[in-house]
Amino acid sequence: MPFITATRSLGRAGLFSLSVLRASTPTRDFFVELTREIYKIGARSLPIIAVGGAFVGLSVTLLGYRALETYGASNQISALVGLGLYRELAPVLTALLFIGRAGSSIAAELGLMRATDQITALGLMAIDPIAKAVAPRFWAAVICVPLLTGFFCSLAITASYLEAVHVIGIDSGTFWQVLKDAVDFRHDFLVALEKSAVFGGTAALVASYVGFHAEPTVEGTSVATTRAVVNASLLVLMFNFVLSAFLFGK
Amino acid sequence: MSLDSPAVHLTGVRLVRDGRRVLDGVDLVVPRGAITAVLGPSGSGKSTLLAALTGELQPAAGRIEVLGQPLPRDKRALLQLRKGIGVLLQGNGLLTDLTVAENIALPLRTHTTLPGPVIDRLVAMKLHAVGLRAVGGAYPRELSGGMARRVALARALALDPPLMIYDEPLTGLDPIASGVIMSLIARLNASLGLTSIIVTHHVHETLPIADRAIVIANGRIVFSGTPGELQATTDPLVLQFLRGDPDGPIAFDAVPRDGLALEAPAFEEPA
Repeated sequence: MPFITATRSLGRAGLFSLSVLRASTPTRDFFVELTREIYKIGARSLPIIAVGGAFVGLSVTLLGYRALETYGASNQISALVGLGLYRELAPVLTALLFIGRAGSSIAAELGLMRATDQITALGLMAIDPIAKAVAPRFWAAVICVPLLTGFFCSLAITASYLEAVHVIGIDSGTFWQVLKDAVDFRHDFLVALEKSAVFGGTAALVASYVGFHAEPTVEGTSVATTRAVVNASLLVLMFNFVLSAFLFGK
Repeated sequence: MSLDSPAVHLTGVRLVRDGRRVLDGVDLVVPRGAITAVLGPSGSGKSTLLAALTGELQPAAGRIEVLGQPLPRDKRALLQLRKGIGVLLQGNGLLTDLTVAENIALPLRTHTTLPGPVIDRLVAMKLHAVGLRAVGGAYPRELSGGMARRVALARALALDPPLMIYDEPLTGLDPIASGVIMSLIARLNASLGLTSIIVTHHVHETLPIADRAIVIANGRIVFSGTPGELQATTDPLVLQFLRGDPDGPIAFDAVPRDGLALEAPAFEEPA
């Protein structure tokens, strides 16, 4: 019965998510772990986010310039880049890069902790393994992914500026003025950060769920890593559509 | 918690794992202060029994009492009870991203409100008890198998639990490390007034320090008594295990399970 199996695993994932929220108590240990995870999954993701952001900015500028030039509107390029980035590209691409870099490592770490009896040992020491191993990773992702999205945007806009102004030859003042007029801080930029927080939480929950429940074998860990990346990426793309429809629908 | 009750009391316990009956009709009393060896061949259900003692596996029938109280089904109450049980796992289960000292401090920091310097002092004492005071700052991956086992032992002792359970404490250790671990278990049991349960198939290393021995085979307890009585037994099943005979009442072939057997082609008699 595939339907029943699917419903059951969906329910299990939901209960797991609830237990992560319930296990999040602000103790000293929690903040120590949280800081360590923010460094591990956030700070160490900065290089790939920077490179990713810069190249996305470059290619969107090039693409937009070609399309706008036909209508003689090439000085509107920064509006197109800005809106495209803040509303869709930056949150989604940052989340996807984050999943590839950090989601896979969350799943692999928890899978190995399961395989090497560390999760069992925590339970036997009367320490809730979800509070110790999962909750800090979840909150680290919720905090880091919006910051990484902001970083992604800065790099993309900078790259776009360099290309549009210094290569294509658009006026520097026009570039910034058009961008400022088109992009709203509250409705575009903050919404991008909110979306990113949802994506980060989703990615971390999916990765922890499959890692935490991995078969305690080498193969089980590798299956969990693959599953974390595939499932989290698809969920982020689906959530992005739903959130965009609600947030920008009006 | 009354002190005259046995440390562990099992009555008519049946344990089922993955739909398979592993142990049935288990009656067991582990007296306080003693070292009890639970012996049996691999796959006899020793680890399943251990999982039942720590509340990981609920019995399908019967009653389990640990430290004078029945094992609670409620998760919170179970975690409370587990603070009184120290478990040394076969795979050690040391957290690899923490140092040796941080590993031992972990249960203390989680379950007590002691100030940092006191915890550091306690950790040093625990490390001293297992002879590893010099490696407090090392990570588990930098230790040999025997040292990692001793660190795990120190961590299991961190909260001074009245009951210690050792799951295959000698697996993967050389004879010297095995001797060190066994003498540590005996010394700690005597000096700290613990109750110890050693689940193992290493008969000859364990019996000298054990006060009582239990043998599990074929899904039930086949012997219960002192090590002396065990050496003198004439039961063919127990004798096979003690002597390590390949043939005897304990089957070499795995018990058939649904869906796991290979389909063998029918063997035809030549005409």
